[in-house]
Amino acid sequence: MIRDIQFDDAGRLRHFLTLEGLAPALLYRIMDTAESFVSVTDRQIKKVPLLRGKTIVNLFFENSTRTRTTFELAAKRLSADVLSINIATSATSKGEGLLDTIWNLQAMHVDMFVVRHAHSGAAHFIAQHVEPHVSVINAGDGRHAHPTQAMLDMFTIRRIKGDFTPLSVAIVGDILHSRVARSEIHALKILGVSDIRVIAPPTLLPGGIEQSGLRVFHDLDAGLRDVDVVIMLRLQRERMSGTFLPSKQEYYLRFGLTEARLRQARPDAIVMHPGPINRGVEIDSRVADGVQSVILQQVGYGIAIRMAILSMAMHSGDAAAAAREAS
Amino acid sequence: MSYDRILIDQGRIIDPANNVDAVAPLYIAGGRVVALGRAPDGFEPDRVIDARDRLVCPGFVDLCARLRSPDVEDADAEFAEYRAAAAGGVTTMLCPPDGSLVIDSPAVVRLLREQAQNAGLGKVLPTGALTRGLNGQDLSEMGALQQAGCLAVGNGDAPVANALVWRRALEYAGFHGLLVIARPEDVSLKGDGCVHEGWVGSELGLPGIPACAETVALAQLLALVEQTGVRVHVNRLSTARAVDMLALAQAQGLPVSADIAIHHAHLTEAAVGNFDANAHAVPPFRTVDDRAGLIKGLSQGVICALCSDHHPLALDARQDAFQATLPGLASLQMLLPLALRLVEENEVTLSRAIALLTSGPAGVLGIEAGTLTPGVSADVCVIDSGREWTVNESFWLSCGRNTPYWNKAFKGLVTHTLISGRLASEL
Repeated sequence: MIRDIQFDDAGRLRHFLTLEGLAPALLYRIMDTAESFVSVTDRQIKKVPLLRGKTIVNLFFENSTRTRTTFELAAKRLSADVLSINIATSATSKGEGLLDTIWNLQAMHVDMFVVRHAHSGAAHFIAQHVEPHVSVINAGDGRHAHPTQAMLDMFTIRRIKGDFTPLSVAIVGDILHSRVARSEIHALKILGVSDIRVIAPPTLLPGGIEQSGLRVFHDLDAGLRDVDVVIMLRLQRERMSGTFLPSKQEYYLRFGLTEARLRQARPDAIVMHPGPINRGVEIDSRVADGVQSVILQQVGYGIAIRMAILSMAMHSGDAAAAAREAS
Repeated sequence: MSYDRILIDQGRIIDPANNVDAVAPLYIAGGRVVALGRAPDGFEPDRVIDARDRLVCPGFVDLCARLRSPDVEDADAEFAEYRAAAAGGVTTMLCPPDGSLVIDSPAVVRLLREQAQNAGLGKVLPTGALTRGLNGQDLSEMGALQQAGCLAVGNGDAPVANALVWRRALEYAGFHGLLVIARPEDVSLKGDGCVHEGWVGSELGLPGIPACAETVALAQLLALVEQTGVRVHVNRLSTARAVDMLALAQAQGLPVSADIAIHHAHLTEAAVGNFDANAHAVPPFRTVDDRAGLIKGLSQGVICALCSDHHPLALDARQDAFQATLPGLASLQMLLPLALRLVEENEVTLSRAIALLTSGPAGVLGIEAGTLTPGVSADVCVIDSGREWTVNESFWLSCGRNTPYWNKAFKGLVTHTLISGRLASEL
């Protein structure tokens, strides 16, 4: 099981690769730790010395601005030394294999890798091959998982809604290609949300979805009825024509979140989006900027959640290093 | 060491081709089986193999084994796959045309046959390419390939452009009396898939290959067989639905046969559940129901052969994220233990399991192999079916370590393999 390698021998979080199989208590602990970091970002000096002297490498094999920036800010606010490497312009483009890249960086006494990769399972593969004192944080791998994004979404929901169990949550859009959706579904299940809905055209739903225990809707109005949380997913423009969808106009017609459609949900429902948003494609501007939207809050909480996860995983690395020195 | 006259004594001889299942001595002389049961007049063995409490059966005929070594520059490794075959009881191997060398010219066919001769181990039968350079468009020179020694043609795992090319290829192969080997897969439905399209793959976020990628292509193929009447062997089926379609086609009298890879009789989509690149297979491991359908096909005779689908890969080929790794399993030495496991699990009888490794595949090729009929080439293996062993360095001879069974324990080991009456492997 993937979750087995996420913990050290003492049961502490070492890598953060997926939410699948994690205990509710751990998710709550991450959110509680993040609460303590929210206030740090409001201070004049936005830094705590928790990871002073540590080196974190942001290893982005796939382009990203938002996630890389929030990871970088989170690491800096924890006082770590941060190195961001755009792999597309570095060693692997010269033919170096993935593991050689990792091992070379590891030889420079790196403590943690934050990895984004276009292939599902890449972060897991790297985690299997790093030294015991090195941690790996998954910043999004293929279609598989984006656990920190899901955790910041859960954090946002908890801050606004409180208890998870009575909620109805709808995830709308390109579920097939979305690592965010997969991680969110795991998180919502772990936290006890009993009514989880996915709303999408059949072409954007993964195979075997009927085995997932989720409620599947192909009609946005029906799917949104009385929900408490609406999570819109980004629709990649390259999927808007050809075999997945005929056009962005037709997608917006059937699955775009407008004010009228949002009225199907509960009056106090919140609207979320992992960003970047495509206005007029998956969401209407009036909804994206409306009172029910919490999209910008999500972005802000992303730093606190990532600070929590980085500090928790690094703690395990410290224990491994101490054990190594003692032996 | 070479012996002219060998007596394999007191073994339980299983020769499904002749409905033999009896404890009896087997006599070999001049590279051929000379008698079973009663000694020929004046037979004095140079070597006696004590096969008490062991099985004695024909050498295995493998319809799909790639002999490309991942470390081709390593002289010591050059014949590793042949040694693995002999140790696994495999005496005849059909090589698909899409290995390190595309088998689309008589020169390549001769090269492979010479290499096999130099190895002095298993008998190798190259499958000629159906299309030139496996380009899927232009027919290969099938007549020349046949003259060079090809019994069959196929396009390996490379796609054929369209139904018209398939039709012409079938007609042209049929004109030469060549068997056509096809692995049905619609490439447009496969897309960039690397695992079965189902919830396991969806959870892992790995692009899926739907079951219909196989059945759509098989339906087209069967329609073309019906149209042309040309004999086709379907290689490495993976879905239950395809087995049903094949059964129907056979019932209608179409000249089609099929095999499955031995690991597909055991593994399901769950095998990749931890991004285990050693379970990256072509076709992918499918559902529990598909596995059950394949086994039903084996026991009911719709599927007549188990192949190893051996594909040794260098370590580097697996050192990446699942999707970026090359598919394929090294499995020549897994044929026997996995077949015996099917017997242990009461999925097939022992006789049927041996038939699927011997007379079944030999019948597809129409060759004089896979039997112990007196007069045939003495390709024989002696099996200690109760012998426990672990898949590790001590036993493994292939250069490829790409197997999900590494360090796993099995029962059943080939103790002796004779090829044309010569001891090619002995424990």
